[in-house]
Amino acid sequence: MSKIESAILSKRWPAIRFSVNGNARTVKVPPMKRLLDVLREDLKLTGTKEGCGEGECGSCSVRMDGELVNSCLVPVLQAEGAKIQTVEGLTLHGELHPLQKAFLEHGGAQCGICTPGMLMASAQLLDQNSHPGMTQIREALAGNLCRCTGFIRIFESVAATIAPEMAGHATESTLEQTPHAR
Amino acid sequence: MTFSLKKKSPRTEQAGALKLEKCSATRIVGAPVPRKEGVDKLLGRARYVDDMEREGMWHGATVRSSIPRGFIRSITFDRRVDWTEFAVVTAADIPGENCIQLIVADQPCLADGKVNHCEEAILLLAHPDKHKLREAVGAVRIENEPLPPIFTIEESERQDQVVWGVDNLLKSFLLEKGDVDSVWAGAAHIVEGEYRTGAQEHLYIENQGMIAEYSANDGVTVWGSLQCPYYVFKALRPVFDLPDEKVRVIQTETGGAFGGKEDFPSVLACHAALLAMKSGHPVKMVYDRMEDLAATTKRHPSRVRHRTALDRDGKLLAIEIDLATNGGAYATLSSTVLSRAVLHSTGPYLCPNVRVRAASWATNLVPYGAFRGFGAPQAIFAMERHMDEIAAALGIDPVELRRRNFLHTGDTNATEQEMREPVILDQLLDHALKESNYHAKRAQFARENPSGPIKRGLGLAAFYHGSGFTGSGEVYLNSQAGVDVTPEGKVRVLVSNTEFGQGTNTVLTQVAAEALRVDYSDVMMAAPDTGVVPNSGPTVASRTSMVVGRIIERACAQLLALLREHAGLGASYTQQEFLAACDRYRAEHGEVLSLCRYEAPPGIIWDDQKYHGEAYGAYAWAVYVAQVAVDTVTYSAEVEDFWAVQEVGRVIHPVMAAGQVEGGIAQGIGYALYEKVVWQDGRMANNQMTNYIMPTAEDVPPIHVHFEEIPFRYGGFGAKGIGELPHDGPAPAILNAIRDATGVAFNAIPLLPEDLYAGLAAAEPAEEMAAR
Repeated sequence: MSKIESAILSKRWPAIRFSVNGNARTVKVPPMKRLLDVLREDLKLTGTKEGCGEGECGSCSVRMDGELVNSCLVPVLQAEGAKIQTVEGLTLHGELHPLQKAFLEHGGAQCGICTPGMLMASAQLLDQNSHPGMTQIREALAGNLCRCTGFIRIFESVAATIAPEMAGHATESTLEQTPHAR
Repeated sequence: MTFSLKKKSPRTEQAGALKLEKCSATRIVGAPVPRKEGVDKLLGRARYVDDMEREGMWHGATVRSSIPRGFIRSITFDRRVDWTEFAVVTAADIPGENCIQLIVADQPCLADGKVNHCEEAILLLAHPDKHKLREAVGAVRIENEPLPPIFTIEESERQDQVVWGVDNLLKSFLLEKGDVDSVWAGAAHIVEGEYRTGAQEHLYIENQGMIAEYSANDGVTVWGSLQCPYYVFKALRPVFDLPDEKVRVIQTETGGAFGGKEDFPSVLACHAALLAMKSGHPVKMVYDRMEDLAATTKRHPSRVRHRTALDRDGKLLAIEIDLATNGGAYATLSSTVLSRAVLHSTGPYLCPNVRVRAASWATNLVPYGAFRGFGAPQAIFAMERHMDEIAAALGIDPVELRRRNFLHTGDTNATEQEMREPVILDQLLDHALKESNYHAKRAQFARENPSGPIKRGLGLAAFYHGSGFTGSGEVYLNSQAGVDVTPEGKVRVLVSNTEFGQGTNTVLTQVAAEALRVDYSDVMMAAPDTGVVPNSGPTVASRTSMVVGRIIERACAQLLALLREHAGLGASYTQQEFLAACDRYRAEHGEVLSLCRYEAPPGIIWDDQKYHGEAYGAYAWAVYVAQVAVDTVTYSAEVEDFWAVQEVGRVIHPVMAAGQVEGGIAQGIGYALYEKVVWQDGRMANNQMTNYIMPTAEDVPPIHVHFEEIPFRYGGFGAKGIGELPHDGPAPAILNAIRDATGVAFNAIPLLPEDLYAGLAAAEPAEEMAAR
């Protein structure tokens, strides 16, 4: 297909309007295109990751009108008029979000590929429940797979965001010290 | 912080008496500094390969074999697709050798006339629009003449079909110590057992991906998700018949690897680069999850047979092991995986007579490859499960049996390597028993179990893991690494070792900052680019902190000596004085650069023929305890609590070290109880995250991590290997706990509810089952 042909074809797609991280966006793409691909390919917001493409791993989690969704399962037409938040919209005035700070301090991110989704799921939890217990944290993150951390440090990071003294509740780790070692 | 920093006296005395060298206080080593690339990852701006684009970039896809073995008779292209839009690559387009270079040159880059496993790559396609590729792949028809395949170790060793070499044997080893045959007749006890482990998928969350460019002038450049830039470099060279200076490999941010990006990226890099050459465009190839699961490497399945002789007191007299792995269709890393399995197969025990026969067998399955632990988890599962069966046969407590047979400082292991570094297994065991309240809980569960459907138990595993390449491997690698100081005043760590979550960037910059006595924030990693960094060896084998860290430490000391000698650096200095000295040195010598090569610790002598001598420079040691609940109504087994006590040398970064252990244990739990690769006629039938089940946030128990620290004098600031160790222990500890809970010996993993049902039903009389 020539460039002209594809340009003509693309004009056939209706405009879909929504906001991403507070910015109004309009895209003209196939309406069944996955929101994940629209974010990454059309809007160049590559912080949202694909892990499985079937809604199992949660790496593509974004928040849409106050719900946590797997953006690989959302055709972009469903986003018409929606307010979408991605990991790129988590910082406040250029400052790390408290969750981001806690993940950094408590080892909540290793390879980082699940991290954007994990942060969005955590943010969703804290929006709905400002003081979740460890059971609620585990439940809220059960749709987000992490292969590196064994989740323990992610639980700690979320707990530390709520209250620093809760951080040790996921597990307690002790580091035996000997004078010659330090 | 989540760490309670306990001071402990008994060990101090013991370690003090050993006159360990590394005693100096450190500022940065041992501190939980922020992950070097952490902010980029948290902001979502870290660039993984699929986040990158190149000008004019096309997308690539692979046409694969649908049969496990046979001849390719014809390839036809459906006329409904306009093939002029596509670049098409077959084996005939390969300018150099059609071979993926690794250990044995047996694996073609693209199948040429014959296929040896399902999903073997036959043909490559590229197109500007990635959404057009799926249809095109389906429009290429491969006509085959099938040959009978073999899939199991047994079919391969019986030579039902010869599918590799003259006898299907990818590699074999024989390890002998003492005289096993002289022991059986006089032994008080002989215990035999057979243990099996299944395939395991890495399930890194970022699938395999690569971007390649090609030009006649510059040759091949690839960017990709990978562990070992120089492995990919060495694979590309012969395929394109190019000199070193025309091949360049750059690692992009890598979203998990676990060994799965040790060998396979060489295949994908060659494919993407062939398409780039043929199309004249940069080409990106990123697998989706189904393709990644179906077509890439996994952990070797194993079958391990033990025959053990003991004296009246439960002391080991002889261990005879027959160890077999399924290697899949090509040799890949099967020989070295088998080697590590052999060297870990007798566990951390003293035994005067040992014979291990090991073989890796070719089958018509997707080639198996590297995976965290690299053969050790298979061998240790068998040994540690077998120890509990010995304990049961002899009527000895499993703890006591292990204690009677532990290696101690000065003992020799199966390869007759003397344990010159301190061995503190008893201490680790005591600590694990105390933390888990082992004896009291076992007694409690024994009381409570008869009265309800939930049966609880505790199980343990004791093990060691050799750090770094085996035997003379590190000498052959001859790794080079170092530091330089840029005119902007930044110290750069020059290594080809890569970050894929485990903390390479952070740990190696900590080592350099500590050694140079500069700020952590002023040290950075040079780009993981073969055009920039020297070959410091692959990022595998738990070698980065210990082996490469040590080279960095030495290179820093060498740099300070240079600056003192030639640039007037004082004995103590401020950051500014250090940088001023660097400027003076640069003005004189052009650059501030210090590189060192690997130096083996003294006394490392290894006989590769006899499998005798110093198998590893150092061992990390551990005792793990699992608490398991078995539901005899649903037949599910759940790990309720987990304790991990280990000695890994100096802990360079306490939070990341704990994170490594916890992540490894979660993978080990999956290995034991959840993760089953279902094969159907040689294909993975459950190649989706929907039906290949890994532990989720709701499945992992609390994990209690404890480190004992005995600095290893030849490791970077005292470090030993840590990354693989935690995958070794969970599976045997969990199955031992299930035996404790149910009284039934389960000798194979993964142990799914249907397996539990079968085992428990077989063990119980039918009327009891009906009555319950």
